[in-house]
Amino acid sequence: MFNGFKNWKSLVLGAALVVILASAPLFLSRFYVYFLALIMVTGLLATSLNLVLGFGGMYQFHHAVFYGVGAYGLALMLTKTSLPSFLGFIVGPVVASLLAFVMGLICVRLSKLYFGMLQISLGSLVWAVVFKWYSFTGGDDGIHGVPLPAIISSITSSYYFTLIVSGVALALMYMIINSPFGRIFQAIRDNPERSEGIGVNVKAHQLVGQLIAGFFGGVAGVLFVTIEGSVFPDLMYWHLSLEILIMCLLGGWFTFWGPMLGAATIVTLRTFVNVYTEYWTAVLAIVLMLLIYFLPEGVLGYFQERLKPRGATAQQEVK
Amino acid sequence: MEFAPHITVSALAQQFLVGLSRTTILFIVSSGLSLVLGVLRIPNIAHGSLYMIGAFLAYSVTAFFGGGSAGFWLALVLAPLGVALISLAVERGLFCHLYDREHLMLLLFTFSFMLLFRDVVKLVWGSDYRSLTAPAILQGSVSFLGMPFPRYSIFLLIIGPLVALGLWLLTNKTRLGKISRAAAVDREMVGAVGINVSWVFAFVFVIGCFLAGLGGALVAPTQNINQGMDHTLIMEAFLIVIMGGLGNMWGALLGALIFGLTDSIGVLIWPQFAIVFPYVAVIVVLLFRPKGLLKATW
Repeated sequence: MFNGFKNWKSLVLGAALVVILASAPLFLSRFYVYFLALIMVTGLLATSLNLVLGFGGMYQFHHAVFYGVGAYGLALMLTKTSLPSFLGFIVGPVVASLLAFVMGLICVRLSKLYFGMLQISLGSLVWAVVFKWYSFTGGDDGIHGVPLPAIISSITSSYYFTLIVSGVALALMYMIINSPFGRIFQAIRDNPERSEGIGVNVKAHQLVGQLIAGFFGGVAGVLFVTIEGSVFPDLMYWHLSLEILIMCLLGGWFTFWGPMLGAATIVTLRTFVNVYTEYWTAVLAIVLMLLIYFLPEGVLGYFQERLKPRGATAQQEVK
Repeated sequence: MEFAPHITVSALAQQFLVGLSRTTILFIVSSGLSLVLGVLRIPNIAHGSLYMIGAFLAYSVTAFFGGGSAGFWLALVLAPLGVALISLAVERGLFCHLYDREHLMLLLFTFSFMLLFRDVVKLVWGSDYRSLTAPAILQGSVSFLGMPFPRYSIFLLIIGPLVALGLWLLTNKTRLGKISRAAAVDREMVGAVGINVSWVFAFVFVIGCFLAGLGGALVAPTQNINQGMDHTLIMEAFLIVIMGGLGNMWGALLGALIFGLTDSIGVLIWPQFAIVFPYVAVIVVLLFRPKGLLKATW
């Protein structure tokens, strides 16, 4: 993993990025610190989606529901119970991964478009309940002013919290993808029938994949509450699910860092194009159409393909 | 949170009619979606946007002709035609190059159209609510067995079967319809016998989008015409299509019936969570018949 010139270079690049991100609050204004944290959270969400989408080949059409459930899990723990607040940070992701498991049990019997549509209908059910249950979830208003623990209530401390947690989560996901489990997962993506043929339990692996992706989606949701201090049902609306699908596509869904790049691009577009024109979604739509036409592998995927030395493809796969 | 308030027979009958008229709209829109999904295999998320554009066009056409009843009848014809024209341009310009892509890519491509169309609607019509009044002959209600039934609902109940009949005739009795059904099953083979599949696809796409526009024009007098119309509808239409079986027109009818009735009867049983009932129905159906109630085309 750490051998070769290219890896050495990426290690330096990574270290530089960590230093820049860690020192960002020292020289950036509050708004930009918040902005960076938002990119990280969205990027973490998109990466967790890509775990099953790009590396597992599952049509995860409604990933945002795990994000929303994670966020609501924390917000409800902090507002409705008097349990120690750190529990909420665990409960959020755990509930999200449990939901992912239950939904997975129902959905993994199907594949591709049918899987995606069944997931959307299950996710929409969760959304509808949250949207209407005023007495418990606040209905369409959501919950505002979630009482966060004092230690992460300032923007700088919540930024560092987000940085550390998403760093750890990304590292874990990277390890999962490169673990034997991750390899089998990618084999299933490439050819489910053959994987079945060599004795892989496809459905069980897909179910575990759902569980993991749901967990990290929930982590992203918890982090969202940390930086935003509020939750609302749009967090688990199907529209957001498609937006994060776009992020994966934009960055490149066969790469690990692609979704992060895509998330950064879209969050930046939304924040800054929005200032100049109210028609920012039209800009996004046109970017997306061009992308699907010309770079279906995504930006990072395209460059990875281009930068790969000729003839090295097969060997790199083996290594 | 009141559970099961007093359900009277008259309330039940009225809700049943409301559900049926909702079913008509849902059927018209989702049969178009189903047609496109079944033959072209494009999960067209922008279908809901075309429905919204249909409603706004109906508003504009009616307003252009002075808001009278003649304007409304013209709008019912012209608005779907306008939507069909837009879809023809989009299909010939962009979609026809993308048929071999994966579903996911097509889904995201149509999603980008949804985003684009929303901004186009905002640009053309602004972000205000619009409303359209039905012609005098369709206003008010008729009383039947002592219960009032809105005339417009009855009008919808007449239109719905007519559309179903027309669609059935088109797909089963015309040459083009037969070719399109063959193309849904095996497009290479249809191409191999010397038929220009690309234009068959264009035809089917335009018909599907015409139905979206028709649904939008028909729904316009019954609700506020607004920006969010596409959101709620497209998800419902997709679930109906999946529940009924991809590409199966009768499946779309059955799905729309289940969706419309669970929604309207659910309002009587548990008003607060009425929105939940159709989703539960979809899940129950898919639990037992994962590929939909009726036979899917692929």
